[in-house]
Amino acid sequence: MRSDVLSPRARRGWSRWLLVALLALLSVPFVFPTWWMATSSLKPMSEILRRVPTIWPQDPTLDAYGQVFTLQPFAQQYWNSLYIAALVTIGTMLVAAMAGYAFARIRFPGANALFVLVLVGLLVPSEVTIVPLFRIVNSLGLINTHWPLIVIPILGAPAVLAVFIMRQFFLALPTELEEAGRIDGLGRWGIFWRIALPLSRSALGAVAIFTFLKSWNLYLEPIVYLSSKESFTLPQALTQYVDAYGGPMWNVQLAATTLTVLPVLAVFLVAQKQFVQGLAHSGLKG
Amino acid sequence: MATLSAGNVSAAVRRDWLVGYAMVAPVVLGALAFVVLPLGMVVWYSLHEWNVLANTFTFVGAENYGRMASDDGLADALLASLWFSIGLVVLNIVLALLLAVLLNQRLPGTTTFRTFFFSPVVVSLVAWTIVWSFLLQADGGINGFLAVLGVDGPNWLRHETTAMIAVIIVQVFKNVGLNMILFLAALQGVPEELQEAARLDGAGAWRRFRSITLPLISPTILLVSIITIVGSLEVFAQIDVLTGGGPGNSTTVLVYYLYQQAFRFNEFGYASAIAVLLFVIVLVLTLLQWQSRKRWVFHEV
Repeated sequence: MRSDVLSPRARRGWSRWLLVALLALLSVPFVFPTWWMATSSLKPMSEILRRVPTIWPQDPTLDAYGQVFTLQPFAQQYWNSLYIAALVTIGTMLVAAMAGYAFARIRFPGANALFVLVLVGLLVPSEVTIVPLFRIVNSLGLINTHWPLIVIPILGAPAVLAVFIMRQFFLALPTELEEAGRIDGLGRWGIFWRIALPLSRSALGAVAIFTFLKSWNLYLEPIVYLSSKESFTLPQALTQYVDAYGGPMWNVQLAATTLTVLPVLAVFLVAQKQFVQGLAHSGLKG
Repeated sequence: MATLSAGNVSAAVRRDWLVGYAMVAPVVLGALAFVVLPLGMVVWYSLHEWNVLANTFTFVGAENYGRMASDDGLADALLASLWFSIGLVVLNIVLALLLAVLLNQRLPGTTTFRTFFFSPVVVSLVAWTIVWSFLLQADGGINGFLAVLGVDGPNWLRHETTAMIAVIIVQVFKNVGLNMILFLAALQGVPEELQEAARLDGAGAWRRFRSITLPLISPTILLVSIITIVGSLEVFAQIDVLTGGGPGNSTTVLVYYLYQQAFRFNEFGYASAIAVLLFVIVLVLTLLQWQSRKRWVFHEV
């Protein structure tokens, strides 16, 4: 079978199906957790604690989903995550497109030095600067507000990758298109806004996808900056479903988790190609 | 860049420059305020003894760095980070390569399998970790299924070794899809003719993989490895949700130790010294990555 693993030509007969079976087996740890999450959220606590696991809920109930909203202001927390991620995404797209365009196209003095200054952000994990950023946010009186979760990602280190990707895109864009705009009497801003930006839809899409997911998944920053349940974002809220003894209430926690995960998964299934491309970009980090 | 002196450029060009400055202003000011300034502050803090409760902030020179040298907790954290990074990178790269090679065979169902392998990447990290935490409980799903098979599973998250393995595995399945895609792209860049020529020379599949495919994609492997190591150093949410750094301090990696020092024990000065150490490690690895990337580009040409 080894000869088939590696040659695209010799693929016929039983050995091919053996490879498909191997792929199916390898899929289990990737798919099963999500499925287990969704089905377990429909089980009553008694069934969850049963020694022999039930693949399919025997006595499905939506009780846990009711508790999700009564134990915490979950709708509010959902909205927090959603609007923060939306603002960060739109803000980052705008700021990164502008900066990426200017760095790629406008030859102003000092452009290289400023670009290098911005690139420093790629070298700084958010954990390194969390203490001083916490002090800054604290001294501005913005602890337990969403400001640091919105402003810092748009302007700080997390946006640098987006700037880099937009710059790469504009560097590759043919200048003729802009020349046409100039002849038609457009100024620099008009060329950017009316010609370059609409052409950069694919790069902007990549930026939008990884920026949204990064904000949606943010964990360290919310637990450092936020303190009241009403201001929590989803990742932080999910960990708060515990009983009086500090033990997790599994079915409720899994119900909340399901509500967090399924919409994103659904969007992923629809726009898979864009997701894979966009995230592969972010993986390569320049 | 533009070396023109401001004297002999037209008003139109200068207006263009102004537009340029205005367009980069948000990210440049952001870099100064949220990257450069905090970096400076963290170095400054690291030279101070900072007692939050007593509200004292005294200059102590390199004392925090001296303390790092004799801190067993930090040594353990560095060791935990090392184990975590090694385990993660090895497993991640091997699995990503295997998946990429399998997906490159034009087998039936390839697109579906690719979707499966990639899907955890878009699942929120904390959500993914919570589900795995549920599966890994002493009376959780994994031990439940093991019991059906007659195997008595361990309490995964309560033993030092299995807890570390669990944290690694959870992270591998979460993100291996990303590396798989990068490898798949590299594999598809390997010229068919080379394979064909080797085949005519009588080279077996394994031999062709080792002597042709592997050398050709090795720059990608190096690049992906370094990216994965840098990413592995920043692991935080998984640790916090899955093990809380325990049992004992067996899964307290560097970043988690930093977090504990700062936000549990209010040791902001000492935590800042650890942050400087983390920064230096990431800096060295990233420079390595850029170096290897240059070689890679050269290789492509």
